[in-house]
Amino acid sequence: MNNRIVVSLLAVVFGLLAGAVLMAVTGHDPITGYSYLFEGGLKNPERIGNTLATATPLIFSGLSVAFAFRTGLFNIGVAGQLLFGGFCASAVGLSLDLPKAILLILMLIAGFVGGALWAVVPGFLKAKFNVHEVVSSIMMNWIAYWTIYYAVPAYLKGEFLETESKPLPESASLKVSFLTDMFDGSYINLGLFVAVIAVIIVAFIINKTTFGYELKAVGNNRHAAEYAGIAVNRSIILSMAISGGIAGIGGVALYAGNASNIQIGILPSQGFDGIAVALLGANSPVGVLLSALFFGLLYSGRGFMNAMTEIPPEIADSIIAIIIYFAATSILIERLIRWFIRRKANAKSASEHEGKVK
Amino acid sequence: MWTTIVQIAPYAIVFTIPLLITALGGLFSERSGVVNIGLEGLMIMGAFAGAFTTFKLQALYPNNPYMIWVGLLAALLAGALFSLLHAFASINLSADQVISGTAINMIAGAITIFLARNMTGSGNIRISNFAPYNIRGFSDIPIIGPLIFSKTYDTTWLVLAIVAISSFVLYKTPFGLRLRACGEHPHAAEAAGVNVKRMRYIGVMISGAFSGLGGAIIIVTYAGEFTGSVAGLGFLALASLIFGQWKPLGVLAATLFFGIASTVANVSQVIPSLAVFPPIILKIFPYVVTLIALIVFSKSSRAPKAVGEPYDSGKR
Repeated sequence: MNNRIVVSLLAVVFGLLAGAVLMAVTGHDPITGYSYLFEGGLKNPERIGNTLATATPLIFSGLSVAFAFRTGLFNIGVAGQLLFGGFCASAVGLSLDLPKAILLILMLIAGFVGGALWAVVPGFLKAKFNVHEVVSSIMMNWIAYWTIYYAVPAYLKGEFLETESKPLPESASLKVSFLTDMFDGSYINLGLFVAVIAVIIVAFIINKTTFGYELKAVGNNRHAAEYAGIAVNRSIILSMAISGGIAGIGGVALYAGNASNIQIGILPSQGFDGIAVALLGANSPVGVLLSALFFGLLYSGRGFMNAMTEIPPEIADSIIAIIIYFAATSILIERLIRWFIRRKANAKSASEHEGKVK
Repeated sequence: MWTTIVQIAPYAIVFTIPLLITALGGLFSERSGVVNIGLEGLMIMGAFAGAFTTFKLQALYPNNPYMIWVGLLAALLAGALFSLLHAFASINLSADQVISGTAINMIAGAITIFLARNMTGSGNIRISNFAPYNIRGFSDIPIIGPLIFSKTYDTTWLVLAIVAISSFVLYKTPFGLRLRACGEHPHAAEAAGVNVKRMRYIGVMISGAFSGLGGAIIIVTYAGEFTGSVAGLGFLALASLIFGQWKPLGVLAATLFFGIASTVANVSQVIPSLAVFPPIILKIFPYVVTLIALIVFSKSSRAPKAVGEPYDSGKR
């Protein structure tokens, strides 16, 4: 476990170094770039609030990917699940007139159900027909994309634009005045608290329940789990459903918290970033929380950096992508660490040896 | 009806070609035993390299039609070089090939826009692309003339030639046999004296080169502009590969299906005989059919047996 933390931290360091090289190669000063990047995410309460808000959907998508990973499933369909979960929640929020607390709970449930529905399809296909979940969930992403593309104008059309849904009323928004005031008008919202609760619940399920143990057993060795009497197919379907449900709640945080409506024609990039978050966080719930906060910082600071320098904002995406490559090739880093330790040990024994000779 | 088909056919073919060459590249990689989910990223990299090179050369030598070909060559090389990242991770470091491929997709998507923005500000690179033409003599042949030989591009014929050559290489040469052996029984292949790692490197690099070419073909034919994405075509190519059961002709049929289905969906609103279908049905049709096809083929899947498994020569 300790080893994983070192690998993740080194991946971050290598990613940031590669980002510095990219900036330098394109004729910018990396030190100025990074100082504006971090200032942009942390300078004042509003920016800190925005960093936390940017991280919120990433916590959900990272948690979603990590949960599926634990069962040996690669949920690359988080983008579609976010989108469809957010759509279901928006439909509830726009059509029901209820007190805020009840409405928000209903919307979270709708988001969970929507996301779960979207993820159950690849889960079912995997369990029953052994269809690889990566390809089927990518297909589900595009089906979600086009469904929203036509469903939003047809059912939730905004007043002026064909390309976005009607804005949610105040009672259906995760934004609350005390948080907004506390962070000087930032778009931070209740989604963050829901995310932290989700992290705790997922950590509990994975580490402390029989159900979580069964899921992990299926992930580690499907055949051994089957032999031990675990209902493998049921585990796969349930794991995908929960993973998709978490993503769906992330959609609520994204479209009813950070934003107040759904725009059509976009697959939310947060879905794919979830893979990065999960991988950097070593698929552990707390790791996911920390790496989502770090990526949130990069994403929320890049606008300020772009305003103060000539560096394009995509530097943040590039850094994240490179971090993922290093996290994926962790063996390289582990070899490096081993080599380093061995060299140190050799040097030590060599110097001891020398001492004896003298 | 006939006029509709004649109207659609050239567009369907133009749309099919980048998918076809990319899926064919994926075929080489997977047949050698390496899953390549990074086809999308490799296409983006090729599209960027092709657009960048062509853009710079066209500024230097305006009106020279051969500059686009130089751009395509650059895309081929860029794709092959970039795929080395995936090859190194999955062959030398035994990394999870799906994750490494995802990293390839993310790196390509981010870095190309980053570089393009440094050049043009908006991140889009506009070039003057090929113009479609009718092949003289052939386009007058009844039925197939207007369908296949009209409004065509040279790249279409280049890709079809590559498909034919690839089929031959895969099934009729020692190299093809060795490559396929590495994807089925790498240990047996090694025992027979085949260098498994080298074969897999070659497979991944071919997939990189072909995907890069595919990405650039999008730019030099129907798009004319690099915008930082290829709209999921790489993933569609991956689906075509499975749909086509890892065989060149199967891939040709699968990509043609996607080409026709996507074109029909795109033009349905302007062609009266198609406007009766709700557009959402036409748009999700290819993806739903893919899901169904995956189910149908699941029992008789011809996936290479060792695909996705890191090769460990000590393992028995």
